[in-house]
Amino acid sequence: MGENLLEIKNLSVEYHTDDAVVYAVNNISFEVKKGESIGLVGETGAGKTTIAKSVLGILPQLQAKIKSGEIYFEGNDLLKLSEKEMQKIRGNKIAMIFQDPMTALNPIETVGFQIAEAIKRHNKIKRQEARERAEDMLEMVGIPGERYRDYPHEFSGGMKQRVVIAMALACNPELLLADEPTTALDVTIQAQVLDMMRNLRQKLNTSVVLITHDFGVVADFCDSVAVTYAGEIVERGSVDRIFNNPKHPYTQGLFESIPRLDSNENRLKPIKGLMPDPTHLPEGCRFAERCPYATEECTAAPPEAYEIEPGHFVKCFKVKEGEK
Amino acid sequence: MKKKRKQSRLREIWHQLKKNKMAVVSLVVLIVLVLIAIFAPLLAPYSYSEQNVLNANASPSAEHLLGTDDLGRDILSRLIYGTRQSLQMGIFSVAIGAVIGIIVGSISGYFGSWVDNLCMRLLDIYQAIPMFLLCVALAAILGPSLRNAIIALGLGVVPGFARIMRASVMTVREKEYIEAAKSINCGTGRIIIKHIIPNAIGPMIVQITMGVGSCILSGAALSFIGLGVQPPIPEWGTMISEARSVMRQYPTQALYPGICVMISVLACNLLGDGLRDALDPRLKN
Repeated sequence: MGENLLEIKNLSVEYHTDDAVVYAVNNISFEVKKGESIGLVGETGAGKTTIAKSVLGILPQLQAKIKSGEIYFEGNDLLKLSEKEMQKIRGNKIAMIFQDPMTALNPIETVGFQIAEAIKRHNKIKRQEARERAEDMLEMVGIPGERYRDYPHEFSGGMKQRVVIAMALACNPELLLADEPTTALDVTIQAQVLDMMRNLRQKLNTSVVLITHDFGVVADFCDSVAVTYAGEIVERGSVDRIFNNPKHPYTQGLFESIPRLDSNENRLKPIKGLMPDPTHLPEGCRFAERCPYATEECTAAPPEAYEIEPGHFVKCFKVKEGEK
Repeated sequence: MKKKRKQSRLREIWHQLKKNKMAVVSLVVLIVLVLIAIFAPLLAPYSYSEQNVLNANASPSAEHLLGTDDLGRDILSRLIYGTRQSLQMGIFSVAIGAVIGIIVGSISGYFGSWVDNLCMRLLDIYQAIPMFLLCVALAAILGPSLRNAIIALGLGVVPGFARIMRASVMTVREKEYIEAAKSINCGTGRIIIKHIIPNAIGPMIVQITMGVGSCILSGAALSFIGLGVQPPIPEWGTMISEARSVMRQYPTQALYPGICVMISVLACNLLGDGLRDALDPRLKN
């Protein structure tokens, strides 16, 4: 660890549809150090995937607009790079693992072809050589190289996800954006895939942004956590800090809503209410409506991110008052 | 690698298709028709233009199995040679239409937005002109000949192909593997050609097969009104047209080419039906 590999500053992304503007990502900042793995946690629709796609520059061109912000990767602002320079990074230095292994592979190409394609996009090598490397990749994720010629439908879900991961890792990326890599898998396979990713991470020293809504996975895999809510990061810090001492009411609510084995409660404790409509975000704190501690101050203007301890940021007025 | 892929995919489709007897029979009929067209000079007992006015309008006999027409030409031989023109008309015009349709449909479907709007509105205008009238106009401008009839028919079927391709591309476009392809840095062109078109082509195969049938039919109609194949080259539509003058006395002269048209069109449609079922994953097993 040490220098920042990825640094996102004040990123805002909007989606424009015919009759509304969706504020998907609002003023998000975070950084990923070399070799670090950060968990991006939040509900469905909190803008996690949009963040990942902005980094890769594969947002739908016609609808999505990056309103503001900078994304520094190895010191260069990705948003200012030309498409040509971006092509050298996309898939090569930054790769993405997709959420649903069932649909993330082209059904009519062999898996080997798809991995080799990823390699050939970035390396001027012969077909045969690309093929050998693709076979090595398959072996690395625990699939026999002979299955190079098999089609996606001949694999199980867990194996498909391995193929997807092999595809993402084919060019030894420095940063891996994993968009809910285990959500579509059952628990035993989840553990296998996470184990595998952990091993690969150690082997290749890849930084990982792990997008998930599962705190268990984060605790297991990540060094630090960013909790997202309605397109904002409401709390950010090391896994230790956040798990032992969550400060933001939303983070606390999330932890409380996880059923505990050691207590005898019959009912889950959900956070009341729903996430605000991303086309009409409230003016004040996004969470105020559902927050048990909300005051007038909260609905008037949004809070800023307060650093309550080095590296632990919380976007809540409550914390500021506590400091005073 | 490629070879295996094609084989396994084809084999799968063939396996499904085999279950449909009508489709298999149709396929056999079409193959026979193609063979007849290729080996016409070997199969035909007479030349298609050999006249024998003394033996005009003859009834079927051992020498002339289907009789002769009003110029004393052997009808069987003319039917056999006519297969060439009719099949060419069906296959090549559909090929032209499908290629243009796939290109327009893919571009329109993939880019969406104003590109899509532009393409579709142009097609709307284009489709407002009756297809047959368009063929007539084109054949009239370009001059009546087999080649020009093919071009006219091909241009006529573009909108249908383009629309089907567009709809199909639009569903494939949203799939995650397209995003995955983008994330490993495939360019737009590569995504369309390698990832979108092969996945979106399914519905087109059915449309293409059926299109061959309808183009044979339209081609015969064009020839019937004299804008397609020119005499003395035989074509089923032309033959019906020529038989018109003696229809009262010798109705069979129009009947034989009519049956040929019917069989080939029917075979195309039934095969198309069978292919649709074979390609539909929901109907598997």
